[in-house]
Amino acid sequence: MENAKGTVIRYEDNVDTDVIIPARYLATSDPAELAKHCMEDIDPDFGKKIKKGDIIVAGKNFGCGSSREHAPIAIKASGISVVIAETFARIFYRNAINIGLPIVECKEASENIKNGDTVSVDFNTGIITDETTGRTFKGQAFPPFMQKIIDDGGLVNYINSKD
Amino acid sequence: MGMTMTQKILAAHAGLDRVEPGQLIEADLDLVLGNDITAPVAIGEMDKFRKKGVFDNTKIALVPDHFVPAKDIKSAENCKCLREFAKRNRITNYFEVGEMGIEHALLPEKGLIAPGDAVIGADSHTCTYGALGAFSTGVGSTDMAAGMATGKAWFKVPSAIRFVLTGKPGKWVSGKDVILHIIGMIGVDGALYQSMEFTGPGVRELSMDDRFTISNMAIEAGGKNGIFPVDDLTIAYEKEHGAEPGTVYEADPDAEYTAEYTIDLSEILPTVAFPHLPGNARTFGDIPDIPIDQVVIGSCTNGRISDLRTAASILKGRHIAKGIRCIVIPATEKIYLEALKEGLLETFIEAGCVVSTPTCGPCLGGYMGILADGERCVSTTNRNFVGRMGAKTSEVYLASPATAAASAVEGKIADPTDY
Ligand code: SF4
Repeated sequence: MENAKGTVIRYEDNVDTDVIIPARYLATSDPAELAKHCMEDIDPDFGKKIKKGDIIVAGKNFGCGSSREHAPIAIKASGISVVIAETFARIFYRNAINIGLPIVECKEASENIKNGDTVSVDFNTGIITDETTGRTFKGQAFPPFMQKIIDDGGLVNYINSKD
Repeated sequence: MGMTMTQKILAAHAGLDRVEPGQLIEADLDLVLGNDITAPVAIGEMDKFRKKGVFDNTKIALVPDHFVPAKDIKSAENCKCLREFAKRNRITNYFEVGEMGIEHALLPEKGLIAPGDAVIGADSHTCTYGALGAFSTGVGSTDMAAGMATGKAWFKVPSAIRFVLTGKPGKWVSGKDVILHIIGMIGVDGALYQSMEFTGPGVRELSMDDRFTISNMAIEAGGKNGIFPVDDLTIAYEKEHGAEPGTVYEADPDAEYTAEYTIDLSEILPTVAFPHLPGNARTFGDIPDIPIDQVVIGSCTNGRISDLRTAASILKGRHIAKGIRCIVIPATEKIYLEALKEGLLETFIEAGCVVSTPTCGPCLGGYMGILADGERCVSTTNRNFVGRMGAKTSEVYLASPATAAASAVEGKIADPTDY
């Protein structure tokens, strides 16, 4: 997996799928279209301020709520390279893996990284480095099975590779 | 160490004698579900599989329910996508407008879920079927696509929290109050990645509809599933609806739980979850006078016949407060017809409510009751996130059908105990 590096946008606990992508935009599943409305109910400037490669850092239970895969798709399509959170809601967790959006669970990183910091993530080791403060954190690395799904670019390719 | 009920079902579907929490397994599926929002994405993904077609045309359920009858051109296209896919693949369980219902009320009613089944659905409230002693959980569209193509899904075996229910709930206390109480107690991530296993003598005091409501909202505590033991009531329900007998699993006496709570149902009071989280539970006494603009009675949580009967018993001979809208949505066509025959719809309409054909509609801010800026709604649905039912400054208060009906009468959040 390619490593990530970018500027951090911070959110707190329980960021739900209704704010990641409100249901009023679910009639489409076009990633570019979804990306336009990503986060707009809690952060109307999200679309304008993020640059490709930027990193979301959040608190507990990120992605709670509906099973809509539109949520990780919108985040991935908006250019976010990785989401770091203390914990993820479980459906969001599996959706992110299945569509190939990297995510890392790490309580310490979630507690210590500030908005605007520059952060890099080494997916092979699970090491998260806050380059602004120089601190490093050990995130949970994926079990090999999940790593393989992400490496293959998502569940579809993974299943095709087995056939 | 023994296994929990969920672990036993997963082990059996993975062809293993035993599984441990945290273990990654691949399980065979008995049913794969999708709706008009999630299935079109899954159908698009299906095209990318090298192997074409579905694994079993009788083990897939497709239910257009979120935006139907189609609310606009885009939803019509989504429904068309479902309909054509169902036809192309000879899907036996496709339910058209006129015979459909909200998926999680519909599948049990159609007898499609047997005890001991393993079910995935591309909808987070798929956990509802735990009420029948099945393992069921919500997944995303890609999982659904893989499930339709291969009949399998990957799971991380969950650990479990045990809820021992005792006592008998009071007259106006329902499954909704029980689950709002529990989420208030453990928090919206209190059961994250875990099973919620309900047990104890109190289970028998809960109707099947109450159990569906409780399992339905397991996801609102972060749970992977919420499961009930199979008893006489379950078996009678399954017989009535023509389901297969399935396999009855029981948790081992020495199964391991990460936590255990004992809940005396007789002590639970009518409970309301305040904006903007299902865990913001409050009871009357701690609820000030809050004027409201709308009431919604329906959804996969509380649109069943007993919910409508409860609401009608409060609305009978009364009128909703002036200036309030009350929208009643029976969850399935069968429930709609039953409510019609029993005179419940007449009661609702005479009380000043509007009654809709089955749909998710307002529950997810889709259509049929969207809230304007600053408006407040008491709703029997399951989520009160920011903007869930409309404008982002609107507010949703989650409650039981009894509390919702009392609130409609009084024009403010009201205690049903007074009725
Ligand atoms: S009624 Fe609401 S919660 Fe239930 S399936 Fe429909 S949108 Fe989802």
